[in-house]
Amino acid sequence: MSVASRRSRYLSLFALVTILVTVGLGMSFYRHYVAEVPWFPGEEKLIWSIEAAVDFQGSGGPAKVTLLRPVNQQGFSVLDESGASPGYGLAFLDEGGAPTAQWTTREANGSQQLYYRAEILQRNSGAGDYPSPPAPSLKSISWEEPYATAVNAISDLAFQQSADAFTFAQQLVAQFTSADKAQDIQLLLNSVGQENLPDLLADMLQSRDIPAAVVFGLNLEDGRRRQRLKPLLRVWSDNESQVFNVDDDGSDANQPLLLWQPSRGFSLEVVGGSGSDLSFSMIRSEVTNYGQLASALGEANDWLGFSIHALPIEEQAMFKTILLLPVGALVVCLLRILVGLRTSGTFMPVLIALAFIETSLVTGLIGFLLVVTVGLMIRSYMSHLNLLLVARISSVIITVIAIIALFAVFSYEVGLTEGLKITFFPMIILSWTVERMSILWEEEGWKEVAVQGSGSLLTAVCAYLAMTSPWIRHLSFNFIGLQLVILALIILLGNYSGYRLLELHRFRAMAVTSKTPES
Amino acid sequence: MGGLLGNLLASRRALRERGIVGMNGRNIELIAKYNSRRLYPLVDNKLKTKQLAEQNDIPVPGLIHAIDSQYQIRGLPKILARQEGFAIKPAKGSGGKGILVITDRRPGQFIKPSGASLRLRDIRHHVNNILSGLFSLGGSPDVAVIEELIRPDPVYDDLSVEGVPDIRIIVYRGIPIMAMMRLSTRESDGKANLHQGAVGVGICMATGRSINAVQFTHLVTHHPDSGADLLQIKIPDWAKMLNLSARCYDATGLGYLGADIVLDVNKGPLLLELNARPGLAIQIANGAGLATRVAAVDALPPAALSESPERRVARAQALFAAE
Repeated sequence: MSVASRRSRYLSLFALVTILVTVGLGMSFYRHYVAEVPWFPGEEKLIWSIEAAVDFQGSGGPAKVTLLRPVNQQGFSVLDESGASPGYGLAFLDEGGAPTAQWTTREANGSQQLYYRAEILQRNSGAGDYPSPPAPSLKSISWEEPYATAVNAISDLAFQQSADAFTFAQQLVAQFTSADKAQDIQLLLNSVGQENLPDLLADMLQSRDIPAAVVFGLNLEDGRRRQRLKPLLRVWSDNESQVFNVDDDGSDANQPLLLWQPSRGFSLEVVGGSGSDLSFSMIRSEVTNYGQLASALGEANDWLGFSIHALPIEEQAMFKTILLLPVGALVVCLLRILVGLRTSGTFMPVLIALAFIETSLVTGLIGFLLVVTVGLMIRSYMSHLNLLLVARISSVIITVIAIIALFAVFSYEVGLTEGLKITFFPMIILSWTVERMSILWEEEGWKEVAVQGSGSLLTAVCAYLAMTSPWIRHLSFNFIGLQLVILALIILLGNYSGYRLLELHRFRAMAVTSKTPES
Repeated sequence: MGGLLGNLLASRRALRERGIVGMNGRNIELIAKYNSRRLYPLVDNKLKTKQLAEQNDIPVPGLIHAIDSQYQIRGLPKILARQEGFAIKPAKGSGGKGILVITDRRPGQFIKPSGASLRLRDIRHHVNNILSGLFSLGGSPDVAVIEELIRPDPVYDDLSVEGVPDIRIIVYRGIPIMAMMRLSTRESDGKANLHQGAVGVGICMATGRSINAVQFTHLVTHHPDSGADLLQIKIPDWAKMLNLSARCYDATGLGYLGADIVLDVNKGPLLLELNARPGLAIQIANGAGLATRVAAVDALPPAALSESPERRVARAQALFAAE
């Protein structure tokens, strides 16, 4: 090969790489400066869309419906509010610190439905400091006998076992919700009914001069419909207040709890109607700072603004994964060409890394090792059968499916739902891995299996880390042009003729003899 | 970290100075550049290599029979009837996989070099496995090649355990540039692959004498099993062997080629197989880098590369004489 043809090869290579990088970066800068897509993903925000539906029967005359609106509070900020209600005038009122939505109409006849929707941002608890609403005034309460004695006895016991108003309330709640209840408590509960327990507790606290009230909150859970407000006990002491859950309904303590009605009063008031009902539905969504921008991008359709955002949401989600594959391929190129890691199957680690994204890293690693180990054991038996290749791989595929099914059922029975994620593994790829490893074991011994196995896993973990990095996800999805830059990088790597990192070790004997000793 | 990076850079520089070729360098600068893809089948199929060699008067182990269909397996007793010893190989096998060697016969029994005996049924089964592609790349159907047994030259006694020592010669653009002898050991299980524990002995291009021996990457002076002195080896018929390797270039056209040659006591040097992607461990065995030698060949006048094999071998011996 002549020097001239070699030069022309390098020239065309250089030209190709330059074009790719220029176009790629050009598209990216266009996205950044013209479409104003930020380089960094920014903070992920958790936003709840909560819809309150008010149903009532109109009595034919004018109607006025007043619904309490949620306020900014510890852990939550209200971003946006709206209401839907044909035929009604809607006003958001803010009187005396209790914001309400008020629907009014001249004529409400038959079944009426009104909707109020709030976009609520969930923040880290601790963010923002909101003062408690003023304590409600104390009212005097008296019970008839024999309830008065029971109330006194219970209160005395709780008082002894507590230090302040909050611990007192806590003790009371504990007594009423404990599994084996004292006779006094059973007596009281039977008389007022379980559903009025919060009121009873508030009254008991009031009678000891502790301001308390029944307030209402909403447990937030993605995709819930027809939810009701949940009564809660709020206790004041000095300028502070605490909210107590009085239900032993097993609701998750980690579930975010939004206070809809923070103090004594009402949630819903309907004048001119009957049979009113209030229910909630909610959806969780995570958005990045440029969230509003993304919808605008979907409409910009010129060539330079070529954007995945023009696709429907579902296809976008698919491309989020597809556009990460080049990143995985780049990681494989780096580790094989520059480091010299040996893997079993060139791009098998990328597919394994994709499975790790679904299963989470630790579960994925354990699952992978389990399936491959058991697969190898069964495959070593099958090698005695001397099957033809296609039949052999097919048998391995069935074996792998059986192993996965077995693990899934077993882990579910044991109560490890994590184990179910094992089904995310690509079974054909796993079967080929088992087959290749098994042949490698027979031909080269277990050492080579260990080398290639750990090389594959290391590559998979690196690819996983790269593909789950929020920044890389942001870049690969929002800057399509960077895919061209990755292509250019891979082309350059394909021309790297220098040593691999591990070759420095392999040929170390050759390096030592010529090296002068260093101090 | 700085120290580690410094060490890495220092060893990279040292390897460069010694002209060591790495995998990436081999793949781009040697294989991709000088080995055209369409020539690969010539060397990846032992039967084709054998035919090509015979057309070019390159001596190879005699072919007894090639079995390419299940039907022919029936004729096996007739084919093997007059053979004392033989070797059965998959035509598309690589790395010594699926090679069955029979060195002796007793009534109804075939004796392997290890002393184990097989029956005809076992041999049939082995041929069947070869035909079904058990040993070929990707499991494609294959041909079983039955060859005459190689009777190694007695000078090699003690040098190899359970296997015939072979000599790998790298030929670059028609000029032999580096050679090594591969000796199987107990650790390598009779195989001649260096990464499995076979001993590699670097051979001086000018004289055919051993200059260096390694097992894995450690220098050794004696064979780990037989205790034979590895630094006193002199390969007989050395110039003839180099000549044979140089002619493989003319036969195949592969510019970067590994020729595996054995020395038969009766027939002299025989070409065992050719390799279009010869490995790099030969550099460790020789304590020398391929890049230096490649550069020396590239510096020759272009006319030198089209000289007769004899002239090219003479050039190689003059260029690469160990000091």
